[in-house]
Amino acid sequence: MADNEFTHTNPEIDVHAMGEMHEHPTWKQYKWVALILTLITILEVWAYYMPAFVASPAFVPTLLIMSALKFAIVVAFYMHLKYDHRLFRGLFTGPLTIAMATIISLLFLFGKFAGR
Amino acid sequence: MATAVASHAHPPTSTGLDHRKIAIWAFIGSECMLFASLISTYLIYKGRSVVGPFPHEACDPPKCATHLNAILNIPVTSVSTFVLLMSSLFMVLALAAVENKGKPGYEGILGSSKLWLFMTALAGATFLGFQAYEFTSFVHEGLKITTNLFGSSFFTLTGFHGAHVTAGVLWLVTLLAIDIKRGLGPKDALLVDISALYWHFVDVVWIAIFTLVYLIR
Repeated sequence: MADNEFTHTNPEIDVHAMGEMHEHPTWKQYKWVALILTLITILEVWAYYMPAFVASPAFVPTLLIMSALKFAIVVAFYMHLKYDHRLFRGLFTGPLTIAMATIISLLFLFGKFAGR
Repeated sequence: MATAVASHAHPPTSTGLDHRKIAIWAFIGSECMLFASLISTYLIYKGRSVVGPFPHEACDPPKCATHLNAILNIPVTSVSTFVLLMSSLFMVLALAAVENKGKPGYEGILGSSKLWLFMTALAGATFLGFQAYEFTSFVHEGLKITTNLFGSSFFTLTGFHGAHVTAGVLWLVTLLAIDIKRGLGPKDALLVDISALYWHFVDVVWIAIFTLVYLIR
Protein backbone atom coordinates (compact mmCIF):
# COMPACT_ATOMS: atom_id res chain seq x y z
CA MET A 1 0.00 0.00 0.00
CA ALA A 2 1.33 3.40 -0.86
CA ASP A 3 2.47 5.74 1.85
CA ASN A 4 -0.29 8.23 1.27
CA GLU A 5 -0.11 11.53 3.03
CA PHE A 6 -3.14 12.37 5.11
CA THR A 7 -2.82 16.08 4.57
CA HIS A 8 -5.83 18.32 4.77
CA THR A 9 -5.29 20.44 1.73
CA ASN A 10 -8.89 19.87 0.72
CA PRO A 11 -10.51 23.32 0.65
CA GLU A 12 -13.83 21.81 1.73
CA ILE A 13 -12.43 21.12 5.22
CA ASP A 14 -12.37 24.04 7.64
CA VAL A 15 -9.14 23.01 9.38
CA HIS A 16 -9.19 26.08 11.58
CA ALA A 17 -12.66 25.34 12.96
CA MET A 18 -11.53 21.75 13.60
CA GLY A 19 -8.54 23.10 15.51
CA GLU A 20 -5.94 21.36 13.36
CA MET A 21 -2.74 23.31 13.84
CA HIS A 22 -0.40 20.79 12.20
CA GLU A 23 -0.70 18.08 9.59
CA HIS A 24 -2.08 14.82 10.92
CA PRO A 25 0.00 11.61 10.82
CA THR A 26 0.38 9.57 7.67
CA TRP A 27 -0.95 6.05 7.03
CA LYS A 28 2.58 4.75 7.67
CA GLN A 29 2.72 6.50 11.06
CA TYR A 30 -0.71 5.15 12.03
CA LYS A 31 0.49 1.67 11.13
CA TRP A 32 3.57 2.07 13.33
CA VAL A 33 1.47 3.40 16.19
CA ALA A 34 -0.78 0.31 15.96
CA LEU A 35 2.28 -1.96 15.94
CA ILE A 36 3.83 -0.23 18.97
CA LEU A 37 0.52 -0.45 20.89
CA THR A 38 0.27 -4.16 20.09
CA LEU A 39 3.87 -4.81 21.17
CA ILE A 40 3.37 -2.99 24.48
CA THR A 41 0.20 -5.02 25.10
CA ILE A 42 2.10 -8.26 24.39
CA LEU A 43 4.82 -7.15 26.82
CA GLU A 44 2.22 -6.40 29.50
CA VAL A 45 0.61 -9.84 29.18
CA TRP A 46 4.02 -11.52 29.07
CA ALA A 47 4.96 -9.74 32.32
CA TYR A 48 1.74 -11.03 33.92
CA TYR A 49 2.81 -14.63 33.25
CA MET A 50 6.35 -14.26 34.68
CA PRO A 51 6.05 -15.32 38.36
CA ALA A 52 9.51 -14.00 39.29
CA PHE A 53 8.70 -10.61 37.78
CA VAL A 54 5.22 -10.51 39.35
CA ALA A 55 6.82 -11.04 42.77
CA SER A 56 9.37 -8.26 42.23
CA PRO A 57 8.72 -4.66 43.32
CA ALA A 58 9.18 -3.53 39.72
CA PHE A 59 6.03 -5.33 38.50
CA VAL A 60 3.37 -2.72 39.30
CA PRO A 61 5.43 0.36 38.29
CA THR A 62 6.43 -1.31 35.01
CA LEU A 63 2.82 -2.13 34.12
CA LEU A 64 1.69 1.38 35.07
CA ILE A 65 4.40 2.94 32.90
CA MET A 66 3.51 0.73 29.93
CA SER A 67 -0.18 1.53 30.35
CA ALA A 68 0.53 5.27 30.62
CA LEU A 69 2.67 5.05 27.48
CA LYS A 70 -0.15 3.38 25.52
CA PHE A 71 -2.61 5.96 26.86
CA ALA A 72 -0.35 8.84 25.79
CA ILE A 73 0.29 7.36 22.33
CA VAL A 74 -3.42 6.95 21.56
CA VAL A 75 -4.23 10.45 22.83
CA ALA A 76 -1.33 12.11 20.99
CA PHE A 77 -1.58 10.33 17.63
CA TYR A 78 -5.06 8.82 17.21
CA MET A 79 -6.88 11.64 19.01
CA HIS A 80 -4.53 14.11 17.31
CA LEU A 81 -3.97 16.08 20.52
CA LYS A 82 -0.33 16.54 19.51
CA TYR A 83 -1.44 18.24 16.31
CA ASP A 84 -4.58 20.12 17.34
CA HIS A 85 -5.35 23.42 19.07
CA ARG A 86 -3.95 23.89 22.59
CA LEU A 87 -7.43 24.64 23.94
CA PHE A 88 -8.32 20.97 23.34
CA ARG A 89 -5.17 19.95 25.18
CA GLY A 90 -6.26 22.05 28.16
CA LEU A 91 -9.80 20.69 28.08
CA PHE A 92 -8.41 17.17 28.29
CA THR A 93 -5.32 17.41 30.47
CA GLY A 94 -7.01 19.65 33.07
CA PRO A 95 -9.79 17.18 34.00
CA LEU A 96 -7.37 14.26 33.54
CA THR A 97 -5.03 15.79 36.12
CA ILE A 98 -7.94 16.29 38.53
CA ALA A 99 -9.08 12.71 37.88
CA MET A 100 -5.64 11.25 38.59
CA ALA A 101 -5.22 13.41 41.70
CA THR A 102 -8.63 12.17 42.89
CA ILE A 103 -7.62 8.52 42.44
CA ILE A 104 -4.32 8.97 44.27
CA SER A 105 -5.92 11.00 47.09
CA LEU A 106 -8.65 8.42 47.63
CA LEU A 107 -6.14 5.57 47.67
CA PHE A 108 -4.13 7.45 50.32
CA LEU A 109 -7.28 8.16 52.36
CA PHE A 110 -8.29 4.50 52.33
CA GLY A 111 -4.80 3.35 53.33
CA LYS A 112 -3.89 1.64 50.07
CA PHE A 113 -0.30 2.87 50.27
CA ALA A 114 0.12 2.01 53.95
CA GLY A 115 2.91 -0.45 54.75
CA ARG A 116 4.58 -0.25 51.34
CA MET B 1 -33.93 27.13 0.30
CA ALA B 2 -30.87 29.35 0.43
CA THR B 3 -31.79 30.29 4.02
CA ALA B 4 -32.06 26.63 4.98
CA VAL B 5 -28.61 25.88 3.59
CA ALA B 6 -27.08 28.89 5.31
CA SER B 7 -28.53 27.84 8.67
CA HIS B 8 -26.45 24.65 8.58
CA ALA B 9 -23.19 26.59 8.49
CA HIS B 10 -21.52 27.00 11.87
CA PRO B 11 -21.59 30.63 13.07
CA PRO B 12 -18.26 32.38 13.75
CA THR B 13 -16.99 31.82 17.29
CA SER B 14 -14.72 33.91 19.52
CA THR B 15 -12.06 31.18 19.45
CA GLY B 16 -12.49 30.44 15.76
CA LEU B 17 -13.00 26.83 16.75
CA ASP B 18 -16.15 24.86 16.12
CA HIS B 19 -18.29 24.62 19.27
CA ARG B 20 -19.06 20.97 18.59
CA LYS B 21 -15.40 20.01 18.78
CA ILE B 22 -14.88 22.06 21.95
CA ALA B 23 -17.99 20.37 23.39
CA ILE B 24 -16.73 16.84 22.69
CA TRP B 25 -13.40 17.60 24.37
CA ALA B 26 -15.22 19.08 27.39
CA PHE B 27 -17.42 15.97 27.46
CA ILE B 28 -14.36 13.71 27.30
CA GLY B 29 -12.82 15.71 30.17
CA SER B 30 -15.93 15.12 32.28
CA GLU B 31 -15.88 11.43 31.35
CA CYS B 32 -12.31 11.23 32.68
CA MET B 33 -13.65 12.17 36.09
CA LEU B 34 -16.54 9.70 35.86
CA PHE B 35 -14.19 6.82 35.13
CA ALA B 36 -11.72 8.06 37.76
CA SER B 37 -14.45 7.68 40.38
CA LEU B 38 -15.29 4.16 39.16
CA ILE B 39 -11.62 3.11 39.01
CA SER B 40 -11.01 4.59 42.49
CA THR B 41 -13.92 2.58 43.87
CA TYR B 42 -12.56 -0.61 42.31
CA LEU B 43 -9.04 0.00 43.65
CA ILE B 44 -10.27 0.86 47.15
CA TYR B 45 -12.31 -2.36 47.34
CA LYS B 46 -9.55 -4.44 45.76
CA GLY B 47 -8.48 -7.32 48.01
CA ARG B 48 -11.25 -6.63 50.54
CA SER B 49 -13.73 -9.27 49.40
CA VAL B 50 -14.59 -11.65 52.22
CA VAL B 51 -16.01 -14.46 50.04
CA GLY B 52 -14.90 -15.77 46.63
CA PRO B 53 -14.55 -15.97 43.74
CA PHE B 54 -11.49 -13.74 43.65
CA PRO B 55 -9.92 -12.13 40.57
CA HIS B 56 -6.41 -13.61 40.63
CA GLU B 57 -6.38 -16.27 43.36
CA ALA B 58 -8.17 -19.59 43.73
CA CYS B 59 -10.38 -20.03 46.81
CA ASP B 60 -10.56 -23.24 48.82
CA PRO B 61 -12.62 -24.43 51.84
CA PRO B 62 -13.12 -23.29 54.54
CA LYS B 63 -12.88 -19.77 53.06
CA CYS B 64 -15.18 -20.84 50.24
CA ALA B 65 -17.80 -23.58 50.33
CA THR B 66 -16.18 -25.33 47.36
CA HIS B 67 -12.98 -24.87 45.36
CA LEU B 68 -13.23 -21.77 43.15
CA ASN B 69 -10.70 -20.92 40.46
CA ALA B 70 -9.31 -17.43 39.87
CA ILE B 71 -12.08 -15.76 37.92
CA LEU B 72 -10.28 -13.48 35.44
CA ASN B 73 -9.54 -14.97 32.03
CA ILE B 74 -6.47 -13.04 30.90
CA PRO B 75 -5.99 -14.71 27.46
CA VAL B 76 -9.58 -13.91 26.40
CA THR B 77 -9.38 -10.33 27.69
CA SER B 78 -6.01 -9.84 25.98
CA VAL B 79 -7.60 -10.75 22.65
CA SER B 80 -10.54 -8.40 23.24
CA THR B 81 -8.07 -5.64 24.18
CA PHE B 82 -6.22 -6.20 20.91
CA VAL B 83 -9.52 -6.01 19.00
CA LEU B 84 -10.35 -2.67 20.64
CA LEU B 85 -6.86 -1.31 19.88
CA MET B 86 -7.29 -2.31 16.22
CA SER B 87 -10.69 -0.59 16.15
CA SER B 88 -8.89 2.68 16.92
CA LEU B 89 -6.65 2.12 13.89
CA PHE B 90 -9.73 1.48 11.72
CA MET B 91 -11.29 4.67 13.08
CA VAL B 92 -8.36 6.91 12.11
CA LEU B 93 -8.42 5.30 8.65
CA ALA B 94 -12.17 6.03 8.39
CA LEU B 95 -11.56 9.70 9.28
CA ALA B 96 -8.68 9.94 6.81
CA ALA B 97 -10.85 8.35 4.09
CA VAL B 98 -13.60 10.93 4.67
CA GLU B 99 -11.17 13.87 4.79
CA ASN B 100 -9.34 12.77 1.65
CA LYS B 101 -12.30 11.53 -0.37
CA GLY B 102 -11.74 12.18 -4.06
CA LYS B 103 -8.03 12.86 -3.71
CA PRO B 104 -5.59 10.88 -5.84
CA GLY B 105 -4.52 7.71 -4.07
CA TYR B 106 -7.79 7.34 -2.19
CA GLU B 107 -9.87 5.64 -4.85
CA GLY B 108 -9.13 2.16 -3.51
CA ILE B 109 -9.41 0.47 -0.14
CA LEU B 110 -7.68 3.32 1.70
CA GLY B 111 -10.36 5.77 0.59
CA SER B 112 -13.30 3.52 1.49
CA SER B 113 -14.85 5.23 4.51
CA LYS B 114 -17.67 2.69 4.46
CA LEU B 115 -15.23 -0.19 4.88
CA TRP B 116 -13.31 1.42 7.74
CA LEU B 117 -16.46 2.57 9.54
CA PHE B 118 -17.86 -0.95 9.18
CA MET B 119 -14.61 -2.49 10.46
CA THR B 120 -14.58 -0.14 13.47
CA ALA B 121 -18.20 -0.95 14.34
CA LEU B 122 -17.51 -4.67 13.84
CA ALA B 123 -14.47 -4.53 16.13
CA GLY B 124 -16.55 -2.68 18.75
CA ALA B 125 -19.33 -5.27 18.48
CA THR B 126 -16.74 -8.07 18.78
CA PHE B 127 -15.38 -6.47 21.95
CA LEU B 128 -18.93 -6.37 23.34
CA GLY B 129 -19.32 -10.04 22.41
CA PHE B 130 -16.20 -10.86 24.42
CA GLN B 131 -17.58 -8.87 27.34
CA ALA B 132 -20.93 -10.66 27.16
CA TYR B 133 -19.06 -13.99 27.16
CA GLU B 134 -16.95 -12.89 30.13
CA PHE B 135 -19.94 -11.69 32.18
CA THR B 136 -21.90 -14.88 31.42
CA SER B 137 -19.02 -17.15 32.39
CA PHE B 138 -18.48 -15.18 35.61
CA VAL B 139 -22.14 -15.63 36.59
CA HIS B 140 -21.90 -19.36 35.84
CA GLU B 141 -18.79 -19.56 38.05
CA GLY B 142 -20.66 -17.89 40.90
CA LEU B 143 -19.68 -14.23 40.60
CA LYS B 144 -22.61 -11.82 40.43
CA ILE B 145 -22.81 -8.10 41.14
CA THR B 146 -24.09 -8.91 44.66
CA THR B 147 -21.60 -11.72 45.46
CA ASN B 148 -18.75 -9.67 46.95
CA LEU B 149 -16.99 -6.30 46.77
CA PHE B 150 -14.98 -7.43 43.76
CA GLY B 151 -18.14 -8.40 41.86
CA SER B 152 -19.89 -5.11 42.70
CA SER B 153 -17.00 -2.87 41.69
CA PHE B 154 -15.92 -5.00 38.71
CA PHE B 155 -19.34 -5.24 37.07
CA THR B 156 -20.03 -1.54 37.71
CA LEU B 157 -16.72 -0.39 36.18
CA THR B 158 -16.63 -2.72 33.18
CA GLY B 159 -20.40 -2.44 32.71
CA PHE B 160 -20.16 1.35 32.45
CA HIS B 161 -17.35 0.96 29.94
CA GLY B 162 -19.37 -1.59 27.96
CA ALA B 163 -22.30 0.84 27.88
CA HIS B 164 -19.98 3.48 26.42
CA VAL B 165 -18.75 1.02 23.78
CA THR B 166 -22.38 0.20 22.93
CA ALA B 167 -23.16 3.91 22.46
CA GLY B 168 -20.05 4.21 20.28
CA VAL B 169 -21.06 1.26 18.09
CA LEU B 170 -24.54 2.77 17.62
CA TRP B 171 -22.93 6.10 16.68
CA LEU B 172 -20.66 4.36 14.16
CA VAL B 173 -23.58 2.43 12.65
CA THR B 174 -25.46 5.72 12.26
CA LEU B 175 -22.48 7.26 10.44
CA LEU B 176 -22.20 4.15 8.26
CA ALA B 177 -25.91 4.42 7.38
CA ILE B 178 -25.42 8.08 6.40
CA ASP B 179 -22.36 7.12 4.36
CA ILE B 180 -24.32 4.41 2.52
CA LYS B 181 -27.32 6.69 1.96
CA ARG B 182 -25.65 9.87 0.71
CA GLY B 183 -21.90 9.38 1.12
CA LEU B 184 -19.65 11.10 3.64
CA GLY B 185 -17.17 13.60 2.23
CA PRO B 186 -14.72 16.27 3.38
CA LYS B 187 -17.62 18.53 4.43
CA ASP B 188 -18.61 15.89 6.99
CA ALA B 189 -15.08 15.52 8.37
CA LEU B 190 -15.96 17.24 11.65
CA LEU B 191 -18.86 14.85 12.33
CA VAL B 192 -16.58 11.84 11.85
CA ASP B 193 -13.78 13.53 13.82
CA ILE B 194 -16.08 14.01 16.83
CA SER B 195 -17.22 10.39 16.79
CA ALA B 196 -13.58 9.30 16.37
CA LEU B 197 -12.57 11.28 19.48
CA TYR B 198 -15.30 9.56 21.48
CA TRP B 199 -14.25 6.16 20.16
CA HIS B 200 -10.56 6.67 20.96
CA PHE B 201 -11.51 7.84 24.44
CA VAL B 202 -13.40 4.59 25.00
CA ASP B 203 -10.20 2.82 23.90
CA VAL B 204 -7.91 4.74 26.29
CA VAL B 205 -10.26 4.04 29.20
CA TRP B 206 -9.96 0.34 28.42
CA ILE B 207 -6.16 0.63 28.30
CA ALA B 208 -6.32 1.82 31.93
CA ILE B 209 -8.91 -0.79 32.97
CA PHE B 210 -6.98 -3.65 31.38
CA THR B 211 -3.85 -2.83 33.38
CA LEU B 212 -5.45 -1.83 36.68
CA VAL B 213 -8.14 -4.52 36.85
CA TYR B 214 -6.81 -7.47 34.85
CA LEU B 215 -3.03 -7.38 35.03
CA ILE B 216 -2.05 -5.83 38.35
CA ARG B 217 -2.58 -8.41 41.08
